[in-house]
Amino acid sequence: MKGTAIIFFLPVLVCGFVITGCSPTDSNNNNVATKNGVHVTIKNKGSDTIVNLAQAWAEKYIDITSTVSVEVSGGGSGTGVAALINGTVDIANCSRQIKPKELEQATQNTGKVPQEFIVGYDALAVYVHPDTPIDKITIPQLAEIYGEDGTITQWSHLGIENSACPSDRIIRISRQSNSGTYFYFREALLGENRDFRIGSLDLHGSKDVVEVIGRTPCAIGYSGMGYATSHVKMLAIATDENAPYYAPTLENVLTKSYPIARPLYMYSLGEPTGEIKAYLDWILSVEGQKIVQKLGFVPVESK
Amino acid sequence: MNILRKKSKANLPFSETVIELFIRLCGISSIIFVFGIFFFVFREGAGFLFSGLNLTEFLTSVEWQPTSLNNKRYGAFALIVGTFSVTALAMCMAVPFGLGAAIFVSEFCSPKLRETFKIVIELLAAIPSVVWGFIGLTLMNQLIIQVFNAPIGLTMLNGSIMLALMSVPIIVSIAEDALKAVPDSYREAAEALGATRWQVIYRVLLPAAKNGLLAAVLLGAARSIGETMAVLMATGHSVNIPSGPLSWIRTLTATIAAELGEVARGDEHYQVLFIIGILLFTITFVVNLIADLVIKGIRQE
Amino acid sequence: MFTETPIDRRKRLTENVMRIFLLIITSIMIIPLLLIIGYLLYKALPVLSFEFLFSNPRDNMRAGGIWAPFLGTIYLVVVSLLVSAPIGVFAAVYLNEYARENWFTRITNLAVVNLAGVPSIVHALFGVGAFVLFAGLGESILAASLTLAIMTLPVIIASTTEALKAVPMSFREACWNLGATRWQTIRRIVIPNSISGILTGVILQVSRAAGETAPIMFTGAVFYKAIAEGNLFAYNITEQCMALSLHLFTISTQVPDVTEGTPHGTAVVLVGSVLLVNAAAIILRVYLRTRKKW
Repeated sequence: MKGTAIIFFLPVLVCGFVITGCSPTDSNNNNVATKNGVHVTIKNKGSDTIVNLAQAWAEKYIDITSTVSVEVSGGGSGTGVAALINGTVDIANCSRQIKPKELEQATQNTGKVPQEFIVGYDALAVYVHPDTPIDKITIPQLAEIYGEDGTITQWSHLGIENSACPSDRIIRISRQSNSGTYFYFREALLGENRDFRIGSLDLHGSKDVVEVIGRTPCAIGYSGMGYATSHVKMLAIATDENAPYYAPTLENVLTKSYPIARPLYMYSLGEPTGEIKAYLDWILSVEGQKIVQKLGFVPVESK
Repeated sequence: MNILRKKSKANLPFSETVIELFIRLCGISSIIFVFGIFFFVFREGAGFLFSGLNLTEFLTSVEWQPTSLNNKRYGAFALIVGTFSVTALAMCMAVPFGLGAAIFVSEFCSPKLRETFKIVIELLAAIPSVVWGFIGLTLMNQLIIQVFNAPIGLTMLNGSIMLALMSVPIIVSIAEDALKAVPDSYREAAEALGATRWQVIYRVLLPAAKNGLLAAVLLGAARSIGETMAVLMATGHSVNIPSGPLSWIRTLTATIAAELGEVARGDEHYQVLFIIGILLFTITFVVNLIADLVIKGIRQE
Repeated sequence: MFTETPIDRRKRLTENVMRIFLLIITSIMIIPLLLIIGYLLYKALPVLSFEFLFSNPRDNMRAGGIWAPFLGTIYLVVVSLLVSAPIGVFAAVYLNEYARENWFTRITNLAVVNLAGVPSIVHALFGVGAFVLFAGLGESILAASLTLAIMTLPVIIASTTEALKAVPMSFREACWNLGATRWQTIRRIVIPNSISGILTGVILQVSRAAGETAPIMFTGAVFYKAIAEGNLFAYNITEQCMALSLHLFTISTQVPDVTEGTPHGTAVVLVGSVLLVNAAAIILRVYLRTRKKW
């Protein structure tokens, strides 16, 4: 019976250790070597657009160095910037440029000025089901499809007969309202003074958008160019009826003729040093940028 | 348990006093945590709740535009309707099955079969909600597209099937307890009068256990209202007043799960998400309270 | 003895119809369980292997195994267990052995019920507000585990209370009469006699904690983190970790071109471990029932 009591109290003891922080696995210091040889953890957080890319970098980087482990979280550009302001992250991923107000907050809060790095370009593609008889679309048309009080709710309004979609109703696929992709697409389509019409399917991931469209002949949606699969069709885009249409291709993005492309940013707190600098340098190197291209984004011209 | 209080506190050794204190502290921990949950959720949302948020708009408007640049609107009406409609539809499926199964298990089963069913129900209850969501996203999505010829299978129907499957185990186990709590003398008396087993159930057991059955349904509903991952993945996640089972909807819980990760701390949007949390907490608290009172009501009789 | 009147026949018919109807209804509930497990297993079969379990996600999480999330889940479960098991067990001891029948006990019981009823996403908000921000733990395994611990506390309290109740009053009385204090009685008599029941509760807590997603999403689980394969101490509890449940969510909604079967495999491992743990609890309970001496 004494045995039972001891077993019973073990959790209490261990619990006490955990709470007071004396547990053997516990250490507050990032730079203490642990058994697996991982010495440094870089905290990387932010945009959902970049998260897959950031993950790919992290995965490759630990293979190369075997001592630097990168913690990658998504959650959206807003989260990354918020973490930067709170000083709880080493590198923030952002699919939009940091706002001057946020820059100031971060500087004030942490005493360090966030440094900006453009790590690649993202072209948003407009996707439809392959059976939809449409190949190109203009920004104003998209605005009427997605915007509040928009006039285009049916495929016939676009002047096409979508026989694959008996109801003729356009099913709008969108993203949850705080993702960088959502912000950028809204800004590109509607500017700052108009919002999206509610009632779209706000899916959680870029991949989800493409997958749902691939199964849904009535649907239209937007997502990073890199998410294209063989089950969907990408539309060529023109800024207005009279302008030329551009397909979302690497060349069109690099020549800046494709209208809905944006740079992807990483922000470090202060001038990066040590391991963080090494990591960012590697990301911008030829090898790092190869991964950008592999994931369907557009690489920056490497140094 | 306190008929015999052998020793007065003064005689207890010091270690014993400490242990007793610890036990008492743990004992009231649930109270502390429930208040703690309310306090901390309230704390994060309070600022905007009392100054800034238009409560009428929050509760009646369908305009959920928390990230608009010039015209932020926080109308949660569609989310509230979404939560309740998906729960109602789920209950339409779960209640007949749950109560039916409870009656069968408690009144018609041999002991061995009963054990088997109870184990199955327990295992059903153990499947994590993200797995239900995954099933909804893949299997059920395809099924609904094929069966109903719907454009998208991520609908209220999909979500409510998942919720029904998740809440059935709760309904069964609580309803079965309620039926078991009816004294055997009731059954024997009715049988002595020549009633068949079904008559006993229909005329005697169900009226006698009706409070417990009601509580079972309420707790099942509370579970559905609070469920997050399954509805996030399976209902289409669209701010929309549903027009039928094949509409897509968005619930209160899914909104928090989808948007909390992306808001800056202290932001209005962030606070509104905590206010939704307060709303959810209040709803489930009240439902649980009612269920508890209903159950306690039987015991006092 | 009696001839059957039309009324009798109708009664008998209703009875049989109802019995069959209810049997069908009950059986229908078994079908989804089998169907889901069957479907997941069928889809996951090509990827399931030891290597799947013990290798990290590879190739932008499109392929490879689930070692990092699997280990993360173990960390979360163990740390939450270390916190919730003692608190839960002692809370049940208090409710069953110390508390008197009064309004305060009634409120305490009500609090347990309500704690169990709080939606998981509200627990997440609480975790963010209390542990991540207020206590300053940041997003970490510790913060996530504490959130899980509070969430699963009622599971332990409920089953421990049941186990303690099953110990006959006469055991306690005999002990008290020998001059033992209340704590001595609890430690020497009550707990040893109900230890299997208590363990059942602890096991159920493990299964519940392992499957939860919402409470850890914002308190400590990450999209990706590289850890060494095969090293059980690869995580640090003040840092974040991957978790199986969240991993299933991300690879089924956010990662493009995932190898066919990988999400299903992840789901199989998640469901499998949860069901195995539950099965252990069931076996323990059955064993306990056959072994009961009083």
